[in-house]
Amino acid sequence: MNRTAALQKVTFLKLPAPLANSAWLAALRSAMLPLIGLTLFLVFWNIAAKNIDTSLGQFPGPVQVYQQSVNLWQEHQAEQQKAEAFYERQEERNARRVAADPDYQPKIRPYTGAPTFFEQIWTSLYTVSVGFFIASLVAVPVGILCGLSKSAYAAINPLIQLFKPVSPLAWLPLVTMVVSAVYVSDDPLFSKSFLTSAFTVALCCLWPTLINTAVGVSGIPGDLVNVSKVLRLNALSHVVKIVLPASIPMIFTGLRLSLGIGWMVLIAAEMLAQNPGLGKFVWDEFQNGSSDSLARIMVAVLVIGAIGFFLDRLMLMLQRKVSWDKSINLR
Amino acid sequence: MRKHLELTQVGIEFPTPKGPFVALQDVNLTIGKGEFISLIGHSGCGKSTVLNIVAGLYQATTGGAILEGKEVNEPGPERAVVFQNHSLLPWLTAYQNVELAVKQTCKHMDKAQKHEWILHNLELVHMTHAKDKLPGEISGGMKQRVGIARALSMEPQVLLMDEPFGALDALTRAHLQDSLMEIHAELGNTVIMITHDVDEAVLLSDRIVMMTNGPEATIGEILDISLERPRNRIELADDKQYNHYRHEVLSFLYEKQRKVEPVAVKKSQQQAAAKPDAA
Ligand SMILES: Nc1ncnc2c1ncn2[C@@H]1O[C@H](COP(=O)(O)OP(=O)(O)OP(=O)(O)O)[C@@H](O)[C@H]1O
Ligand SMILES: [Mg+2]
Repeated sequence: MNRTAALQKVTFLKLPAPLANSAWLAALRSAMLPLIGLTLFLVFWNIAAKNIDTSLGQFPGPVQVYQQSVNLWQEHQAEQQKAEAFYERQEERNARRVAADPDYQPKIRPYTGAPTFFEQIWTSLYTVSVGFFIASLVAVPVGILCGLSKSAYAAINPLIQLFKPVSPLAWLPLVTMVVSAVYVSDDPLFSKSFLTSAFTVALCCLWPTLINTAVGVSGIPGDLVNVSKVLRLNALSHVVKIVLPASIPMIFTGLRLSLGIGWMVLIAAEMLAQNPGLGKFVWDEFQNGSSDSLARIMVAVLVIGAIGFFLDRLMLMLQRKVSWDKSINLR
Repeated sequence: MRKHLELTQVGIEFPTPKGPFVALQDVNLTIGKGEFISLIGHSGCGKSTVLNIVAGLYQATTGGAILEGKEVNEPGPERAVVFQNHSLLPWLTAYQNVELAVKQTCKHMDKAQKHEWILHNLELVHMTHAKDKLPGEISGGMKQRVGIARALSMEPQVLLMDEPFGALDALTRAHLQDSLMEIHAELGNTVIMITHDVDEAVLLSDRIVMMTNGPEATIGEILDISLERPRNRIELADDKQYNHYRHEVLSFLYEKQRKVEPVAVKKSQQQAAAKPDAA
């Protein structure tokens, strides 16, 4: 073979791409597959939607869903303008009355328009945070107790196993009745529907945190426990200085699972409890039954998914931040 | 020799599914203040168990340990333990690991004194340069040194070490042995150290306690090492007395308390058994 030709061939094969260039390619490649997946999904969705006829009209495709999301945003802005105008009018009126009669105490009545989609998102986020917070407040201490004491674990474990698989829909009527019976107040700080939803969320997302905390605490290496014994740490310091930090990674694994479950449960709870969040939005649109309803519900579905994803990432970030064990690969 | 730590008729039984397992029996040992004792014996004979009884982490079934006239029945900082796998708290830096012990045991000191004391102990093991590193960021030998600093910072009457250098390479180990000899010369703590390494035992100890194989393990022989201190490993390498001590320990471990048949013997036996078949 010709020598130069061979040489050329080698250089051709080894063609060194500039580093920046190859980084670009890598980024493109890593974005490529998700993009392909998304595109295929949109195409199939579109085709499938065209072939499904419901009593509320054709199943919404991507285009209708996009239109409705724009609609929802515009409705939200319109509602905000209305609210602003309402408060402005009140202020004007109050100013006039104070000018006429200096003893007059001005009153501002809150705007009572229907909540918009975006306000409903906030309500949902707020409700799930409260439920999740209550659950964590119970689950972490009880989990630590279960992890530390075999007897406590033996006593509590059957209850965990019994209540863990219960669906939120089964809890809801009970929680509703208890909240109405117990929470009696003339000037309620929270609405009953809110409390019902939050407690139902708490009841259902208690378990992963509890179980993971217990497993984490009982798995603390014996040597670390011995260190604590040799130092004669008292029970409180033992928990604060050894047990909690040692089981932080497991506790956060549990919290992350719990928040995921809580968010899922919340939608169902809001639907039934009529808490003005995303669950109620879906339910109202379903009852409403206009030709746009399905597309609006689809918007809600996508938003629910996106928020769930966002919450999970948030917990993951927190988990990375507080975890001392940088060697484990958190994803 | 003044009695400092005394083990009398120590025996221990572990409950197992197959009935109680007698791990130790009739262990008697008197240790003087400032003595350096090595425990040596085959794996599983009960060395860690002895150490844990002195530490108060295990309760002897019969007999017991008395330290300065007081019976040992719970763990405490006056009997500090250096664990085999360092057991530093992985979320605390080297400094904070020592600080935890100092805060707990030196309550009479004020903040500045505590800080001084922590740095002093880290300096003893030559770890000041890495005081702000997490255990995950330093080498095995460095971790072990921080573990020793933590134990020393408790100002223990007895320092208990369970194979402190077992997991280290030979060079690091030699280095830490020298550090330990220095520290022992300076502070004069009573030390009980478990080891598998005959050279380590002879080099460091005042007495080597050799244990028989379990179950029902007990003390087989005690060897007094009367080599001059400070000791130098290179000079001792061809010292007659030193090699005599080594020989004593080796012959105890591999002749008197032989645990496993040499592989060659086993092989020849197997071959002898296999031959008639082949023929
Ligand atoms: N908690 C326990 N329960 C039951 N048996 C035990 C327990 N701890 C130790 N043993 C038994 O007691 C014997 C002595 O154990 P020990 O750990 O003291 O050995 P060792 O001499 O330290 O061994 P090594 O050199 O391998 O560390 C072993 O046979 C072991 O199986
Ligand atoms: Mg051992």
